[in-house]
Amino acid sequence: MTPLAPVNFEIGPGSTPATAAPVDTRPALIEVQDVSKMFGDRGAEALAMLAAGEDRAAVLARTGTAVGLNHVSFDVAEGEILVVMGLSGSGKSTMLRCLNRLIEPSSGTIRVRGADVTAMAPGVLREFRRKTFGMVFQHFALFPHRTILGNVEFGLEVQGMAKPARRDSAMRAIELVGLKGWDARYPSELSGGMKQRAGLARALAADAAVLLMDEAFSALDPLIRRDMQQELVELQRRLRKTIVFVSHDLDEAIALGGRIVLMKDGAIAQAGTAEAILANPATPYVARFVEHIDVASVLKVGTLTAVPPCVLRPGDDPAAAADRMEAMGCDSALAINAAGRLLGRADLSALRRVPAGQGVDRAVQPCARVPASASVKQALPVVAEEAEPVAVVDDADRLRGTIDRVGIINALARQSRRPAQEATAP
Amino acid sequence: MNWSVPRIPLDDWCDAALDWLTTALSDVTRAVSHTVSDWIAALTALLQLVPPPVVILAFGLLAWRVSGWRLAIGTMLGFALLWNLRLWDPMITTLVMVVLSTAASIAIGLPLGIAAALSARTWRIVAPTMDMAQTMPSFVYLIPAIPFFGLGPVSACFATVIFAMPPTIRLTALGILQVPSEMTEAADSFGTTRMQKLFKVQLPLALPTIMAGINQTIMLSLSMVVIAAMIGAGGLGREVWSAIQRLEAGRGFQAGVAIAVLAIILDRITQQVSRRVQPR
Repeated sequence: MTPLAPVNFEIGPGSTPATAAPVDTRPALIEVQDVSKMFGDRGAEALAMLAAGEDRAAVLARTGTAVGLNHVSFDVAEGEILVVMGLSGSGKSTMLRCLNRLIEPSSGTIRVRGADVTAMAPGVLREFRRKTFGMVFQHFALFPHRTILGNVEFGLEVQGMAKPARRDSAMRAIELVGLKGWDARYPSELSGGMKQRAGLARALAADAAVLLMDEAFSALDPLIRRDMQQELVELQRRLRKTIVFVSHDLDEAIALGGRIVLMKDGAIAQAGTAEAILANPATPYVARFVEHIDVASVLKVGTLTAVPPCVLRPGDDPAAAADRMEAMGCDSALAINAAGRLLGRADLSALRRVPAGQGVDRAVQPCARVPASASVKQALPVVAEEAEPVAVVDDADRLRGTIDRVGIINALARQSRRPAQEATAP
Repeated sequence: MNWSVPRIPLDDWCDAALDWLTTALSDVTRAVSHTVSDWIAALTALLQLVPPPVVILAFGLLAWRVSGWRLAIGTMLGFALLWNLRLWDPMITTLVMVVLSTAASIAIGLPLGIAAALSARTWRIVAPTMDMAQTMPSFVYLIPAIPFFGLGPVSACFATVIFAMPPTIRLTALGILQVPSEMTEAADSFGTTRMQKLFKVQLPLALPTIMAGINQTIMLSLSMVVIAAMIGAGGLGREVWSAIQRLEAGRGFQAGVAIAVLAIILDRITQQVSRRVQPR
């Protein structure tokens, strides 16, 4: 009959942001192991120098060989969007092209569904490219001499599919990307955004398991780019494609919402979710990279929750609860049902007015709430409106904790302070 | 001058090689000579049989199809002038030789150009050979042509093909090599075979450049066919040649104008064709 807290639902460790990336239990579709790529004639020598601990500059000076990739390893889970990030020259595009061997890796292995791509004979590789990979290019790379339909059906045509069947599949892909009615046009008649839709349709038409997207939206206007990012996320949710997306734009990586592999000088600087990287940059370089990021749009509300001091549960006696709240200095308390679902909020004065023998639910009023998956930016308007800490709920509307203005300001201050300090450190 | 280094007998070697080739290949060259001269004769006779107005109209239609009424009218006026100058038959002879030489140049040059673009080794052999073929004075080809095929239009065509083929080879190779790497990469990423990539992506994108090469080949053919009058090729070149020999300036100028008119018509029509194959 007594305790208001502790409560029987799980609440994160106060307002400390989560640091560890959620453990991905999905099976790995692509396994990249120790892949290196040397551009030059003396690749073997360069590899040996790297193994001996020399850096890229030394290798280039001695052997004239540029290190494109330096022992890169990562996994891509089935159905995820993995963003490979980095500045130009970081090796991100090289890495992407190694996956389908448009660029031949110098060493290491790449497995897709367990099959070793690096060991494939040309004929096998060709078949594998047809069935497994769809690629989207930065400058669209649409064939100017073919119509949009002709472009989209290209992959199927190459596979030797009969004309009516491949027309059908291509038209479906064209519809999927919202280009219906444009199939008979030529690429030169389309705007940049539409061209890239066509590029996307071409990659989707063959129904390959993996989409390789090389800076696919970088050549588009910012507004169109944002639309395309959203649409890609929706498409991915619908089609369950595995996407490896190369980008130099951290905002884009955050918008796509998947894991991030951050590359520098041909090696991985850090891998994890945007939040995790932002919260704990592994190196000063990473810290500088994420410095300008709008923390509010990355930080999830769920990582900033505080344990509410007073929570009403079914069966609590209104008078006893009110006494308790008074003792703890609470003017109101959130109420949950037996399953932990948020019912609403009860004011102290309302609790006092509940006639004896009746439950606390008589005093409960509906209240504002924000989903734990929302970004701080999305939650801000709600939090600003409310005088009391706002309830944070999960997908099933279960109470996860509360969030208030002070907690948000503290978190933002902490995030924006950290990279600046590390960047200026010697 | 007193030479201590003996002269390299390049001319003797060349003669010996030519002698050997002429005897060794005499059966082949004779057969080729007969066939080609029969073709030339038949085609020429056929075209000369057709009344000039019909031919003029046909060319006018072709020009109208590939370009428009301006080129059509220009073409018909040009041919009408040639007819009026009583140069119709020589013009037909020249035209037939140009068409045959160009056809042969394309038949040999296009595959060579493709091979040169796709294999660096082939390019290393083909490129210097082409450079030599083009920089060598064109008359030089006429001399060995005679022992092979005798005096007449066959030798003229042989020399013409050697002289006029390089642009087709060179621009075919260039056109394929100039296809943006993004295009070939896209083709590769969809798992094309080498042939699929060539025929579905590289050749269509290289077509405007290839057509520019063919246009040049036609122009070079025309100039060579005129020069080949010196070994009895006939046609408009013979008009010029005999005018030179008799110092008839007026007649020479008239034949020169006729050649220029034919050249301009052929050039404009093929240029329009290459513009039409431009990818959008």
